[in-house]
Amino acid sequence: MTSVWSDLERVLAQVQKPARYIGCEDGAKAKEPDPSLVSWLFTYPDTYEVGLPNQGLQILYEIINERPDARADRSYAPWTDLEAIMRERNIPLFSVEHHTPANEFDVIAFNLSAELTYTNMVNCIDLAGIPIRTADRQLGDTLVMVGGHCTYNPEPVADFVDAVVLGDGEEVVSEITDVLAQTHETREALLRQLAQIEGVYVPSLYEATFGADDMLLAIKPLFDDVPEVIEKRTLADLAEWPYPKEQLVPLTEVVHDRLNVEVFRGCTRGCRFCQAGMITRPVRERPADQVRSMVANGLERTGYSEVSLTSLSTADFSDIGPTVTGIMDDAQAVGSGPVSVSLPSLRVDAFGVDIAAELQRAKRGGLTFAPEAGTWRMRQIINKLIREEDLYSAVEAAYSQGWHRVKLYFMIGLPSETDEDTLGIAELAKNCVKIGKKYNKRASATVSIGGFVPKPFTPFQWFGQNTPQELQRKINLLRDATRKMHGVNIKWHDPKATVVEGIMSRGDRRLGTVIEDVWRNGGVFQEWSEHFELDRWTDAMDRAGLSIDFFSHRHRTEDEVLPWSHLSAGLHADFLWQDWMDALEEVGLPDCRWTPCYDCGACTGYGIEHVVASATPPAGGSQGTGQDLSSTAVPVQLVSR
Amino acid sequence: MNGPRVNYKVRIRFTKQGKIRFTSHRDVARLMERALRKVQLQVAYTEGFSPRPKLSFGLALPVGHESEAEYLDVDFANEIELEGLPERLTAALPDGLTVTSVAGVAPGTKSLQEIISSCRWEIEVLDGTEEEVTHAVEKLVASAELNVERVRKGKTSVVDIRPTILKLEVMGPTSNGTRVVAELATEKVSIRPAELVAVLGPNFSEGRVSRTHQWTIVDGNQMELAV
Repeated sequence: MTSVWSDLERVLAQVQKPARYIGCEDGAKAKEPDPSLVSWLFTYPDTYEVGLPNQGLQILYEIINERPDARADRSYAPWTDLEAIMRERNIPLFSVEHHTPANEFDVIAFNLSAELTYTNMVNCIDLAGIPIRTADRQLGDTLVMVGGHCTYNPEPVADFVDAVVLGDGEEVVSEITDVLAQTHETREALLRQLAQIEGVYVPSLYEATFGADDMLLAIKPLFDDVPEVIEKRTLADLAEWPYPKEQLVPLTEVVHDRLNVEVFRGCTRGCRFCQAGMITRPVRERPADQVRSMVANGLERTGYSEVSLTSLSTADFSDIGPTVTGIMDDAQAVGSGPVSVSLPSLRVDAFGVDIAAELQRAKRGGLTFAPEAGTWRMRQIINKLIREEDLYSAVEAAYSQGWHRVKLYFMIGLPSETDEDTLGIAELAKNCVKIGKKYNKRASATVSIGGFVPKPFTPFQWFGQNTPQELQRKINLLRDATRKMHGVNIKWHDPKATVVEGIMSRGDRRLGTVIEDVWRNGGVFQEWSEHFELDRWTDAMDRAGLSIDFFSHRHRTEDEVLPWSHLSAGLHADFLWQDWMDALEEVGLPDCRWTPCYDCGACTGYGIEHVVASATPPAGGSQGTGQDLSSTAVPVQLVSR
Repeated sequence: MNGPRVNYKVRIRFTKQGKIRFTSHRDVARLMERALRKVQLQVAYTEGFSPRPKLSFGLALPVGHESEAEYLDVDFANEIELEGLPERLTAALPDGLTVTSVAGVAPGTKSLQEIISSCRWEIEVLDGTEEEVTHAVEKLVASAELNVERVRKGKTSVVDIRPTILKLEVMGPTSNGTRVVAELATEKVSIRPAELVAVLGPNFSEGRVSRTHQWTIVDGNQMELAV
């Protein structure tokens, strides 16, 4: 195996942030290149500082490197300045550990977490010197695989990828390695064998047919031994997978630059807009003592002073109070300076604030809540059953305990949204600030607004996304409404980017041409506003003869074949449809962790169940259960540091 | 040093070599903070809203340059054992950062930024023959003044950088170019190695650069910082 280091070394002084390209992280595996080992290159298709913290890739990287017959390196998308030099000097995409060219690996595996990174993935494949289309690759070429949440509709990238993994990767990555360790006569034989693995989808082994009206008719396997439906993979018990055991500690600053410990996977709150909550069911908690030891060992090993307890809703962790207390005790016993614990999302109730108060003794800048919608009617539709009183008690708790700014996340463009619902956002913000002013003259609320993008495998997968004009009109409504509200600040995401996310989120494989077109015209780093241009996409759609309205803004019907109908997240189609109908009827659905099972399919279909330490909901607020729990609030006792 | 010493303020000397030279001054600060936590020493923290560990560095080393002589002052919350500390810290740091010595510093000692008067650099000059580089060096040394344009806060001014170049000579060839040694003053007007290479000749470019010493003046005598 070769190394591009000597070429790279010469040019690094000319580029921004060269530390992105040198590796050397604490926790990096230095398993030497060896052609007898199955080799993986785990790649995040964005910059190093965005991609390095990705926990999914770090977990798989460790699992592969623990195998005696395999090894893994990592790579990230080079920034445009280095890319220009690489293309000029014929330096291929490389791994950061050994600076090995990407095409010397058996597999390059991308994490797809955002639709706007698709063109970067194509760019990375091209920089690796691998043919960008699966149809042009031959036996012996590096295989291109993808995983991550976007792969629940991989059709837009079907032309570029050889295999797609659905769901939890911990087990399947090894099963794929077993297949790659064997010899194969032809590429087709290899791909067909990969397609036998549960959770692995090989798009080239399926044919998509379309009707005269452009409607998708079917996606069918080309061979009898290839499954008609691909089921996602789900770990039964997180306790058996205490990964990453050695989280990577980068030399240079990255996003989420702290220790991250996953406390549970899955969420059954049932928010209807939330794809993550739908596709990662059921809830699987990590045992509290394992969380505590992973934190203690992690802090000691890394020297980090901050740990984030990650999950989709960490305040719902059964033992959150005692766990946090234990973490603080352990850190104090070691005594090498203050340790802070952060929760990535705070629940909208006073309980959440009480925990935050214990965790953030010193810094009390802003506290973030996500009510998501402005009126109770709208929150019933999206099944985020937070009452107005819950929000007010949460912000009252925050302002009264010293925070002077709250940040409120909302979405616009939700199903059946009226202007009254939209303006409800301004009303809530105004009332929050009013509460804040009782405690602090400088009290303020920052309202952050995102345009809603319907996602596959959610009850809203049939809903036609708002046009950017409509989203902009709603933003303007809110801007005007809040202009004279003292202390209310409003921020919003560019509705233009939402258009592209919408097309890719629910599009089909005809979009491969569009992705390639945008990439060929220089459309990389589309997640970065300075690089994003909607015209590149609309022009490419026009050239391909495809309609944005067809893919994104049109409402879909129950009998329509969706581009992901040959994939399964365990959820019954009729459950999702019923939940969509219930949404339009403004009927909520309780959290099945604490109420009887309504058989969505995620547990029953796979013979697994929730792993939760407590069968009762945690204290405080209504918490999406729809129940009045306000009287059962139990103050959490935490040890101060 | 007579046996192990204990102190609150400790001056640490370290080297930065290899791939890690591409990290920034801020990166090194974070790496040091984490290493101090890993060896479980109680660093003193600033008071106030967001406490920071009390670490103070000397002159920033430009990204991409190596050094045999970097310094860092650390305030500890209690007395610490200095014996064996260089080895412990080095083990907690990534490859390429090596603590070579530590010493207690008397309270009230001036900061590193204040006491360093000049640095010695070994600079590899590329894209020119040794003869061309030698000629350029001789010409520069013979000059009485060297005016360059500087832009600061949007204003362009002309500065004479000749006084900041205390010493400059050719050391000999490297595998790719010519190594020169320069002693550059760090007070008031200062000049970076990259700037020096640019004034030597517009066609020259900078190869490997290493800071080998940081000097201070004590009683009129130039000497290396005592650690």
